[in-house]
Amino acid sequence: MPTFTKEEIVHLGDLARIALTDEEITRLQGDLNVIAESINKVQEIATDDVPPTANPIPLEAYLRPDVPETPLTQEEAIAGAPVSEAGMFVAPRILGEE
Amino acid sequence: MSTTEIVTLSAAEMAAKVKAKEVSSRELVEAHLEVIEAAEPSVKAFLKVSGDQALEQADAFDAKSDEEKAQLPELAGVPIAIKDMIVTKGIETTAASKILEGWVPPYDATVIKKLKAAGMPLLGKTNLDEFAQGSSTEHSAYQTTHNPWDTERVPGGSGGGSAAAVAAFEAPLALGTDTGGSIRQPGSLTGTVGVKPTYGGVSRFGAIAMASSLDQIGPCSRTVLDAALLQEVIGGHDKRDSTSIPEGPRPMVAAAREGMKRDLKGLKVGLIKELGGEGFQPGVMARFEEGVKKLEEMGAEVTEVSLPHLPYSLGAYYIIMPSEVSSNLARYDGMRYGLRVMPPADVPQTAANMMAYTREAGFGDEVKRRIILGTYALSAGYYDAWYGSAQKVRTLIIDDFKKAFEKVDVLVGPTSPVTAFKFGEKTEDPMAMYAIDITTIPANLAGVPAMSIPAGLSDDGLPVGFQFLAPQQRDEAMYKPAAALEAALEEDWNGPIWQSLKTPWLDGLGK
Repeated sequence: MPTFTKEEIVHLGDLARIALTDEEITRLQGDLNVIAESINKVQEIATDDVPPTANPIPLEAYLRPDVPETPLTQEEAIAGAPVSEAGMFVAPRILGEE
Repeated sequence: MSTTEIVTLSAAEMAAKVKAKEVSSRELVEAHLEVIEAAEPSVKAFLKVSGDQALEQADAFDAKSDEEKAQLPELAGVPIAIKDMIVTKGIETTAASKILEGWVPPYDATVIKKLKAAGMPLLGKTNLDEFAQGSSTEHSAYQTTHNPWDTERVPGGSGGGSAAAVAAFEAPLALGTDTGGSIRQPGSLTGTVGVKPTYGGVSRFGAIAMASSLDQIGPCSRTVLDAALLQEVIGGHDKRDSTSIPEGPRPMVAAAREGMKRDLKGLKVGLIKELGGEGFQPGVMARFEEGVKKLEEMGAEVTEVSLPHLPYSLGAYYIIMPSEVSSNLARYDGMRYGLRVMPPADVPQTAANMMAYTREAGFGDEVKRRIILGTYALSAGYYDAWYGSAQKVRTLIIDDFKKAFEKVDVLVGPTSPVTAFKFGEKTEDPMAMYAIDITTIPANLAGVPAMSIPAGLSDDGLPVGFQFLAPQQRDEAMYKPAAALEAALEEDWNGPIWQSLKTPWLDGLGK
């Protein structure tokens, strides 16, 4: 059974790109250990001979006619941008100073 | 007609009056806007009321010729409220999250396009738990919605706003989204009808994604027939949703009308053995058992059916759902839309740090909890043990349903083990909140359609929900017995359940 340590929660916050506060980390550790305990029992019945289900309604993949359509305009596409310039999204720099 | 007389009609009755030219679509919208203004201080179901747009849509419908109107679906001209989890072009859409505050979508969801094409005005956007994650609507970043039956209590969740709006006569109809019970459980707690269609039966294009393999849009209403009429408007194939079933809507309206004749001879009904016992309030079980008896009196053959893997569904759900949540909510990164928060001055001003501070500020506690849990379940070394195992459980549950439906036509059980609870009663204990969904989650895991209708009031005077479940792509199979039970119960009650609802906000409304 997994037990969540403080370091693990910090690491998961990093992977999920959430700058968790110390208080949140402590609370999450408690919550997740309780939740993990109660959901772990799925492993009891998930034996090797059972295939996994991704989509409950099995649909065959199919092709549709390739018909051109008008997409959003550039103006519409950037209308919700937190920062934009000359019709483009403005992003902070990708790399650090070093 | 007075405002109260108008808004207490069913959607089908409103549509008939529009057709007979006894009332215009504008008058329907105006009556509901009046109720919204009077009810909102105590109910708080809406995040945004789009009155001006609704009146414009109503006028556009009223201006159509009789020939044009005749081409439209039966509900044409009847207004509707929309859960704020569904995108609406030009109307702010937030998913009740700070991370989307102020976002105005540049496109309409497919279901919204269909409603507009049907001439159904949009009254506004209803409250929900942030990103539909919760069972009480207490996790909204903006406000708490109050249950019209007792404003000290929650309306259920995540679609508490849509259910409360319909229960309080602020809207005759609403759309919800149901990932683990978010349409049906609020329906149960507010004495309204809530339907989760077959997975793939209604397009998800423009429904803000929570857990894509479980999410489904569906109707909220006060009658079974109204839900059927609405599901036929929004259902059917959509090329923009790759999981959309390439077929038209099922004949649900006809099934509901057939059911109203109250003849269920030959119908085989299965009582789900695993839904009951510990955690189920006696008042809930009493109303449920009375409902079962009614079905028998109308000629249905009732037998107990076991779905042995059902006790594992809560565990499987709380692995699959957070995993898909962590993946779907990765898109809120402060780059293209929504909130952006730059890091404090002593932290490097990089894109990665901007994302981390944006997501820390923009997401609430429950959403963070699920993202972190899902990130863990999907991470290397744990994927097979967690996500892989949960997907196998899903197969076993689907097989349980298949076997059950070889023996019976529909399955029944209580919609929620409890009636509406008080604010704060379950927010401190996530597992207590999660456990309420034990009755509704199996349908999402198996992709089968399910609906909740009012079964009466419990000994605490609060509504109880009766749930029907049908085989995949056979949604009409549950509408017939649901409409029959509704008609039989209303005969006993001498009218609809809402006769027992106190509505001080309707007092003194326009002539």
